[in-house]
Amino acid sequence: MLRKIVVPIIACIVFLGFWELLVWANDWPNYVMASPSDLPASYIRFWDLFLVMGWQTLWRTVLGLMLAIVVGVAIGMIMGFSRTMRDALYPLLVGFNAIPKATVVPIVALMFVGAHDFNTVLIAFMISFFPIAVSVSIGLSTLEPEYRDILRSLGASQATIFWKIALPKTLPEFFGALKVAVTLAFIGTNLMEIVSPHGRGLGALFDSGKTNSDYPLMFAVLIALAFLGIVLYYVVVVLEKIFAGWAERQPT
Amino acid sequence: MSSSLIDIRGVRHAYQTATGPLPVLDGLDVAVPEGGFVAVVGPSGCGKSTLTRLVAGLMKPDEGEVWLHGSRVTSPRSTVGMAFQNPVLLEWRSILKNVLLPLEIVPSKLSKADGEARARHLLKLVGLEGFEDKRPSELSGGMRQRASLCRALIHQPEVLILDEPFGALDAFTREDLWQIMHALKAEEPFTGVLITHDLRESIFLADQVIVLSGRPARTQFVLDVGFDGPRKIDHLYTPEAAEMLNTLRHQIEIAQGRAPEADDAA
Repeated sequence: MLRKIVVPIIACIVFLGFWELLVWANDWPNYVMASPSDLPASYIRFWDLFLVMGWQTLWRTVLGLMLAIVVGVAIGMIMGFSRTMRDALYPLLVGFNAIPKATVVPIVALMFVGAHDFNTVLIAFMISFFPIAVSVSIGLSTLEPEYRDILRSLGASQATIFWKIALPKTLPEFFGALKVAVTLAFIGTNLMEIVSPHGRGLGALFDSGKTNSDYPLMFAVLIALAFLGIVLYYVVVVLEKIFAGWAERQPT
Repeated sequence: MSSSLIDIRGVRHAYQTATGPLPVLDGLDVAVPEGGFVAVVGPSGCGKSTLTRLVAGLMKPDEGEVWLHGSRVTSPRSTVGMAFQNPVLLEWRSILKNVLLPLEIVPSKLSKADGEARARHLLKLVGLEGFEDKRPSELSGGMRQRASLCRALIHQPEVLILDEPFGALDAFTREDLWQIMHALKAEEPFTGVLITHDLRESIFLADQVIVLSGRPARTQFVLDVGFDGPRKIDHLYTPEAAEMLNTLRHQIEIAQGRAPEADDAA
C-alpha cells in the first residue's frame, strides 16, 4: 500500500525535477518553456479561476463520458449480437473515428452557435465512445457458445443470457476501454473549450493565458488538466475493482 | 410410444456451409430407457455433439423426431442438464453460486434454502466440500469439472447430457471423476447420455455403448455392457472388459473406414 502511493509520488517529483533542470540548463525564458517553479505563482494568482474553470471542464467531461458509455454500450450490444449489424456498422465507425476531432470542432461550433456547454459535451462524447463500442462488441461476440448453451438449454431468454452472462463477462473489456475513453474525453472537452470564443473551462483559461502571453499560466493549466485526468482515471480503476475485481488474478 | 425416456428416431441433419449442405446425421436411432446411461462413441467430427444439441432442444433436426419422456422436443426444456469439455463456470461467481445458477432460471420446487442445501450436498458428493466460496480460477481443471457436474444436476434434470466432460483431464483425474459419476448416479435419478472418445470410459460408465458411423452418422453398432450398478476400476482389467474394448475398437475402425464392413458379422 505504501509502495502504491509513495512510488508514483517519487516518480512525479523526479519528473518535475527533470523539467526544472531542463529549463535551467538551457536557460530558457518563460516564453519558450515555463519551469515548475513558475507555476505556484500562477496557481495562487488565479486560484478562483482554476476552481471554477476546473469544475466546468470536469462536469462536461464526465457528462460526455457518460453519454459515451450509454451510446457506446448500445452500439456495442447491437454489433455484438448481430453479425449483419457488425458488418454494416464497423466501416462507418472506423471512418468516423479516423476523422480528427479537431476538424469537427469548428463545424460543431458553427452548427450550434452559442450552445457552448452542449458543444463541449458533444465533442467529449464523440471522441470517447468508439473504444467503448468496439470493446463491448468484441466482448459479446467472442462469448464462447457453451456459455450460451448452458443457459439456453434451460430455456433462458436472450435477455437473461445477457444479464447473467454476457454483461458480466464483458465488464473487464469494458473497463479497459473506459480507461482509454476517460483521457480521450478530456481531450475532446478541451478542444472545444480552446476553440470556441468566450468559452469556459480550463481550455478557455489556457486560451486566455495564450492571448495575455502568460506562459506560466498555460503550463499551469496543462498540469491541472493532467491532475483531473489522473483523478478521473483512478475513479474508473476503483469502479473496476468493485465491479470486475474477479478478473484480476492474485499475484503469486 | 416405447417406454424409453429418450427416443431419437430416424434423425437426419445437415449444416448449411459456404460449399453447400454438409450432412452430419443420417438416419440416427437411439433409445435410452429411464435411468439408463448411454455412451455414444464414433470417429471425430461424426456429429456426436450435434446429437447432444438435438436432445437438449438447442436445435431442430431437418428430419426425424426427438422424444423426451413422451413429448416431442422442439425447444429447450428445463428437464435437461448439460456439461461440456469446457466447464464454462462463471468466473465472477463463487463455486456455490455457479452451481445454483440453473435454479435462477428454471422454475423450481426448491426454496432458496433447500436449493442451497442441495448444492452443498452435491458439492460434498463430488468432493468439493470446503470449496463452496472459492472462485473457479482458484480450482484445478478436475475440480472445476466436478463443479460443472453439480451445476448440471442441481435442478434435478431427467436427462444429463455429458459432451466429453472428461476429455481435457489427465488420466488419473479422469478415473477419479468416473468413480464420482457412479457415486452421483447412485443418488440421483437421471438418465444419462455421454459423448466420449474414450472407449474405457464408455464401458466403465454406460449400460449401453452406441457406435456411430463416420459422417454422416447413423447408428452402426450397439453394445450392451452388461455390468450393473457401481463399478470399480478393476472391472476394466477383466477379460470381459478387454473383449468389449476390442469389439468397440474394431467398430470404430469400421466407422473410420479403415476396416472392411464385411467383418461386421464377426
